[in-house]
Amino acid sequence: MDRILDVKDLAIDFATFAGPVHAIRHVSFHLDKGETLAIVGESGSGKSVTMRTVMGLLANNASITSGEVLLEGDDILKKSEKEMNAMRGNDVAMIFQDPMTSLDPTMTIGKQVAEPLLLHNDISKKAALKEAVRTLELVGINDAESRLNDYPHQFSGGQRQRIVIAIAIINHPKILIADEPTTALDVTIQAQIIHLLKDLQTKIDTAIIFITHDLGVVAGIADRVEVMYAGKIIEYGDVDEVFYNPQHPYTWGLLEAMPTLETKRDRLFAIPGTPPDLLDPPKGDAFAPRNPFAMQIDTEQEPPFFPVSPTHYAATWLLHPDAPKVEVPEEIKRRWGIWAAKHPAKEAD
Amino acid sequence: MTDKKKVLVQVKDLVQTFNAGKKNEVKAIQDVTFDIYEGETLGLVGESGSGKTTTGRAIIRLYDPTSGEVLFEGKDIAKLKNGSKEMLDFRRQTQMIFQDPYASLNPRMKVKDIIAEGLDIHHLVNSEKERDDRVAELLEEVGLNADHSTRYPHEFSGGQRQRIGIARALAVEPKFIIADEPISALDVSIQAQVVNLMKDIQDKQGLTYLFIAHDLSMVKYISDRIAVMHYGKIVELASSDEVYNHPLHPYTESLLSAIPEPDPDTERLRVPIPYDAAKVEDDRPRKMVEVYPGHFVFAAEDEIQGYKDAAAKAHAND
Repeated sequence: MDRILDVKDLAIDFATFAGPVHAIRHVSFHLDKGETLAIVGESGSGKSVTMRTVMGLLANNASITSGEVLLEGDDILKKSEKEMNAMRGNDVAMIFQDPMTSLDPTMTIGKQVAEPLLLHNDISKKAALKEAVRTLELVGINDAESRLNDYPHQFSGGQRQRIVIAIAIINHPKILIADEPTTALDVTIQAQIIHLLKDLQTKIDTAIIFITHDLGVVAGIADRVEVMYAGKIIEYGDVDEVFYNPQHPYTWGLLEAMPTLETKRDRLFAIPGTPPDLLDPPKGDAFAPRNPFAMQIDTEQEPPFFPVSPTHYAATWLLHPDAPKVEVPEEIKRRWGIWAAKHPAKEAD
Repeated sequence: MTDKKKVLVQVKDLVQTFNAGKKNEVKAIQDVTFDIYEGETLGLVGESGSGKTTTGRAIIRLYDPTSGEVLFEGKDIAKLKNGSKEMLDFRRQTQMIFQDPYASLNPRMKVKDIIAEGLDIHHLVNSEKERDDRVAELLEEVGLNADHSTRYPHEFSGGQRQRIGIARALAVEPKFIIADEPISALDVSIQAQVVNLMKDIQDKQGLTYLFIAHDLSMVKYISDRIAVMHYGKIVELASSDEVYNHPLHPYTESLLSAIPEPDPDTERLRVPIPYDAAKVEDDRPRKMVEVYPGHFVFAAEDEIQGYKDAAAKAHAND
């Protein structure tokens, strides 16, 4: 498979009055051509900051203290601002969470959609607008030609997000980063936008990085999943591996805390406590204070990634050969059962 | 739902129109009718713009209704005079928890003053000491440390702020709480904490909730009954199991078919049912009809039999 993005050992600090906040703590991952990678985590876990680094959109008080971000082999952290401008909106494009604020209210839709084409290509305005119509139709804006001179406020929330997507894909980017693109939308519109993204992916052959905290959405769109906590990736694997054979207690907690439509318990499962303060990250496993399965070593030493399969890794000491067997939560047992039924041969040993 | 339950809030043919008679007139809610029983949680779901929040605000009389009435313990709240003793009493008995824990707490007030504001207004405490004790008690009730009372809102996380908002609502010992999207601004792991807290408090104090939300799986979990809103009207109302297992109105069916679940196999097979508004939202007169015991659907005269048959058929398979 063709590797398009390779992030290696990335670490980012933010300077604040209280001292440096270690927002990203040595994150490595990759993205292959044409796949969809979902990054899951709570607010503050570092998922958006990681992606802003790939776009070169970090705030002024951020400093990259280690690592490289290789886009088709080139380290974008070494690029000049001019080179970054040539890359943004062309090789890598981004869709933001709020379609109400990511469009310019004073500019017509036609101009906004055609803008990236005009910026990155030697093309006439007329040809650019023609391509804008084609792209708007591709994302499901009906009768696009007659709406080119309309302004954002004349469209509904779902339509606006479609327009934002049109702007992002008009240059056929190699990577499309979607940062919570459906969080602000209603559930029926959300389903339409997800369907649209999947459909576009096959049409323009782009790789998608999908940032979200909604595991339901992830299950529907991702090929691979990464779970982030306190500035680190703590588990990653193929979508089935993470949903049906999860290994990290934080992943367990997230899956348990989601009420499904079948849930009929007296109490919801809640992960106790709150995420750690990244001004002073805890020694050992950052999740340990909230983890009912934490062992002595979790408070002393950070767990390395243990392989579960060639594609599935989790950073938890529970996977160490000497770790005691723990009684996993019911919901996780149920999921492991589905996994075992799908992989009977592997279950034999 | 047992029939013996006492009705706490009665909403009858409520209409709320903004900018009435002007060019930009908006009929936010139309002919909304439902009851809320004492001690229950009624979930109100629907997409943005469907009128959920307007309904909640009309019930607590933040608006004067255009027509129709809202009865709280049998009394028409639209007839209460501002500043009257009855109005003050109504304001004490109904409280609200808001969506945004950042915007709903005054950043320049200490936590103890935020929580005790209602106590002061309603003269529920007689001394500074009694006030501090009550605040400490409330903070502990919502799972916060009593020592936090002299801090300011910015020192707390989103989940903690929402707990402060809950403590403020509880301070005046209300009977009825309207929670307008109380968890949608919170992270998944924190949402469960806040929902559990609301349930615990309800069990302890016998509170009645109107829980407004668009996250349907959470609503199903917390609600006894659910009302589904669309375009300013309630289209379906039944017990939460009934709504989820046997939805009858096409809009409810469409809404339920779109909820993503954390299960890749289910998601691969998911086919959302599109909603064709033309079929059930023409100009014919419609009203809420009980098509199965406790199950109401917004239907025109000739649609009733179809819904009744569908309900009977669904229950035959139980």
